[in-house]
Amino acid sequence: MNEYNKSINQAVNKNVNENTTSPETSKKENTASSPSSLQKGVYEKIGKDKRQRVILHSDCNSFYASVECLYNPDIRNKPVAVSGNPENRHGIILTKNEIAKRFGIKTGEPIWQAKNKCPELITVEPHFDLYKRFSKMTREIYSDYSDRIEGFGLDEAWIDVTDSEKFIGKGENIAREINKRVKQELGITVSIGVSFNKIFSKFGSDYKKPDAITVINKENYRDIVWNSPAQDLLYVGKATKKKMNSLGIYTIGEIANTPIETLRYYFGKWGYVLWAFANGYDTSPVARTDEQETVKSIGNSTTAPRDLNDFEDVKSVMTVLCDCVCRRLRANGFKAKTLQITIRDKFLMSFNRQMTFDTPTNITKQITENALSLFYRSYSWSAPIRSLGIALSDFSGDNTPYQISFFNDEKKKQKLEALDKTIDILKGRFGNYSLVTANLLKNPELSHFNPYDDHTVHPVGFF
Amino acid sequence: MKQFVSVEAKFDTDGNLLPLSIIWDDGRKFEIDRVTDVRYAASLKSGGRGLRYTCRIGNHLRYLYLDDNRWFIEKPE
Repeated sequence: MNEYNKSINQAVNKNVNENTTSPETSKKENTASSPSSLQKGVYEKIGKDKRQRVILHSDCNSFYASVECLYNPDIRNKPVAVSGNPENRHGIILTKNEIAKRFGIKTGEPIWQAKNKCPELITVEPHFDLYKRFSKMTREIYSDYSDRIEGFGLDEAWIDVTDSEKFIGKGENIAREINKRVKQELGITVSIGVSFNKIFSKFGSDYKKPDAITVINKENYRDIVWNSPAQDLLYVGKATKKKMNSLGIYTIGEIANTPIETLRYYFGKWGYVLWAFANGYDTSPVARTDEQETVKSIGNSTTAPRDLNDFEDVKSVMTVLCDCVCRRLRANGFKAKTLQITIRDKFLMSFNRQMTFDTPTNITKQITENALSLFYRSYSWSAPIRSLGIALSDFSGDNTPYQISFFNDEKKKQKLEALDKTIDILKGRFGNYSLVTANLLKNPELSHFNPYDDHTVHPVGFF
Repeated sequence: MKQFVSVEAKFDTDGNLLPLSIIWDDGRKFEIDRVTDVRYAASLKSGGRGLRYTCRIGNHLRYLYLDDNRWFIEKPE
């Protein structure tokens, strides 16, 4: 994101400076502030002299549902949706297959609503381990064609095949081969977009579904991309779409042709980004397979099987969440300085509160106690609670030296650290439930969940 | 239909795994005469995917799949 703004900003500023300091003063100054000249400058700066890249974006069609249908041939020709367990109040549609799609079933809607639209809908519980395995297997296929593969969630990935074209063939042919191999080897289908930047290739994979290949090149992008509705562009959501429509912008082409200042005025820095996206100026690279993304925060949240009515309920859920987050923190070799809790009440109103520790820590007991006291200070029980979350951030390595204090009991801290280490080993060997704190036994319905091993699918953003 | 089966197999010196015989659930044992092809493949018929060994058993060609350390075959309906 920063790089983005920097490059566009630089281009815009430089253009303004060049124009304002040029010899033909008055005339130039006038044109400098005019949108067309400014825009032209940005075009030139960003668009010029770039070697044309070939980027594929591969998207597994109805991923969870396809995997479920593959493993269960009896339901393959029926409307199927993968959904959470309604008994634990996780009853929303996560994905649906093509047949269910025809009934107008949408991702994110509650099961009862989906069943109203299609009474014979078959709902199956998700198997995240299986999806993760399939995701890994698709990436293994992609890795035969490039070392630049960047995942976007479990089911999508960008593949930069610019350098592979010399050896393997044109981008479109590589896409065809990947499409065929995934179908034969994994039994699921993918849609692939082939283009010269990441945004248009993603657009291409969404353009035709399922099991299709769309090529968007410099000759045809105006016909294909520019005539599509504005919300088809990455990062144009509901709110942005509404605002755009009120400005009379309905298509991606109209975004591209709107003066950049107008977009900047109404959308701030996102105006730049969307304008660059729409014009095909996205220059963000596809990350190399071996580039590890740095972890910035670790968190878990859960929707409780019933509403939490008092502090004891909160204590049970929070203890499990803290235990999981702290274990993940230690497994990554971190200590954290900032703690954040998220509270959402039964009316779906949610808010965050955060605090910082004096010294970085990864001790479960300390983090749990602080999370609970933060909760105690921040919530007045205006309504029962539906879901809770906790996240740790501001990391340092767990062997980084730090200033100890006269006023803290460092010996006790060391003892607790050793205890956590032992607990981690025991849980690693004998499972999550082999060792629990006594207070969790009081409330098994709330505390019997395992965020450490379940639902470790992390949401991702483009930037 | 998917039928999980026991398999006798051999690791060769290169680390390749080769199935030698399939043991049916009633104890009958079928020697594999030859493996003619090995590739990753999905089995739409039985529901699953894995490393697919095309095996010649007598006069029949049969697909034998290895997925997540379990062997299975496509059982005729």
